[in-house]
Amino acid sequence: MSRDLSRRARLVLYGVLLVLAVPFVFPTWWMITSSLRPVADIFAFPPQLLPVNPRLDAYQRVFELQPFGRQYLNSLYIALVVTAGTLAVSALSGYAFARIRFRGQNLLFLVVLAGLLIPSEVTIVPLFQMFFTLGLVDTHWPLILVPILGAPSVLATFIMRQFFISLPGELEEAARVDGLGRFATFWKIALPLSRPALGAVAIFTFLHSWNLYLEPIVFLSSPGKFTLPQALTQFVDAYGGPMWDVQLAAASMTALPVLVVFVIAQKQFVEGLAHTGLKG
Amino acid sequence: MSQTDTRVDRVEARSTLDRARPFWTSRRRDQLTGYLFIAPQLFGSAAFVILPLALVVWYSLHEWNVLAGTFDFVGAENYRALAADPNLGAVLRATGLFSAGLVVFNLGLALLLAVLLNQKLRGTIVFRTLFFSPVVVSLVAWTIVWGFLLQDNGGVNGLLDTVGVDGPNWLRGEGSAMLSVIVVQVFKNVGLNMVLFLAALQGVPAELYEAAEVDGASRMRQFWRITVPLISPTILLTSIITVVGSLQVFAQIAVLTQGGPGTSTTVLVYYLYQQAFQFHHFGYGATLSIVLFAIVLALTVLQWQMRKRWVFHES
Repeated sequence: MSRDLSRRARLVLYGVLLVLAVPFVFPTWWMITSSLRPVADIFAFPPQLLPVNPRLDAYQRVFELQPFGRQYLNSLYIALVVTAGTLAVSALSGYAFARIRFRGQNLLFLVVLAGLLIPSEVTIVPLFQMFFTLGLVDTHWPLILVPILGAPSVLATFIMRQFFISLPGELEEAARVDGLGRFATFWKIALPLSRPALGAVAIFTFLHSWNLYLEPIVFLSSPGKFTLPQALTQFVDAYGGPMWDVQLAAASMTALPVLVVFVIAQKQFVEGLAHTGLKG
Repeated sequence: MSQTDTRVDRVEARSTLDRARPFWTSRRRDQLTGYLFIAPQLFGSAAFVILPLALVVWYSLHEWNVLAGTFDFVGAENYRALAADPNLGAVLRATGLFSAGLVVFNLGLALLLAVLLNQKLRGTIVFRTLFFSPVVVSLVAWTIVWGFLLQDNGGVNGLLDTVGVDGPNWLRGEGSAMLSVIVVQVFKNVGLNMVLFLAALQGVPAELYEAAEVDGASRMRQFWRITVPLISPTILLTSIITVVGSLQVFAQIAVLTQGGPGTSTTVLVYYLYQQAFQFHHFGYGATLSIVLFAIVLALTVLQWQMRKRWVFHES
């Protein structure tokens, strides 16, 4: 539909796009700028686009009210471990389902794919009971093991399999004629070629873990073990009302690093997440 | 002479060797590698997908109270309670409203944005980045900011005030709370569907539009007769993703409305969470999990059926 537009049509189009962009951009802008101003100014109207007297009080209080540094580390290390683990599990099984012939392959693939049909909310009650029986409630194990091995990694496996299927077989045959074993072929030939797919899987897995909310509030109860999304909701005053400036400061610290990485690598993000579609 | 003998011996030795190692052929070794490669995933599927799914059925036939330490078989009691649950109707209604509202707003807006970005215009990549950016903002952070903007004296009402509209207290009215939760979720994730639509639009051959232009078809007509049919596979894909995703909504409800006012935004997953993890009715929570699973399964089957009938197939 890419036809040339008149000058007037172009101006109208820019106007429409600018108006439409407001609800996408303004909340993030508002979050960051409001975290820098005193509460009294937050609700001022018309809103000040830039804080008049920027200050970092709210940021300081984030760390006083919650073990926020610890919680930040929790989220970061869990997301990194889950990403690395998911890459390993999904690359191996995706490769096997795509490239190796073994008995029962199709049936086993269907069994694994069943995970795509089952939202993790359906199994949260029995998973809680399983980890409760194992004495692993209020530890990070459920937040690490379930995403790497359970339903969330099935999508990753599916993506890796589709990618490996699309690779030309000749490369691997040449490697095998040269005497490389299966694992060496996988490691030295197939894996380096699958960087785009690995990148996409890494991005959506990291974001999925970073954003997880239901699982942490079900499994964790000590503030020192909380993850960021859970910690963000804890900044309330004695009457249970939210402390807006502190909440917004904590939210800014949670959202900004990912946003910065996104702006730098936006092509990989957009293509990776669109390609994999489902989570975010 | 002796040289020939040794050679014969060697050949014989090799063939005995061949007969002695029929088991670890390269094919067998390859099969074993295959099983080893899928072993972690298979173990995970068994432990964290299939076993819990079986357990959820088993638990739905029990009353399990963590605090009292009791686990009693109650047969179909939980299912009878489900049928008699006065909240169930409201919960299913909220779930349906949320899903329907989300799909309509999300797909409509995604398609509009994609069509706008598909024009010959400089700077569309900047707008694509802006529309996509909420996808990478932490969900709870995004929701907290919106919760703040939707306060009675918050930014949204302030904006409405300037055009002379007296906005409601968004999160406290039944209808407006549901609308708020839907809109917050649409802006968060519409970028994903937008990008999928954009890719589909770029795949529509330009010749078709040129031919339609020659025939004098209006732009609207071209959109409905050419664009929509040709991108229908993407419309189906995005609608599946969006519907299944909409059934999983939890954080937004927990942060913005806690299911209220009343039960007007208590969707199924939130109700399940309340029953199991706030009221410790694990048996009943398991029963609600089965309801959720049944809905997801039914929708998936339905959408596969629709795919056969409705979606345009190339050749």
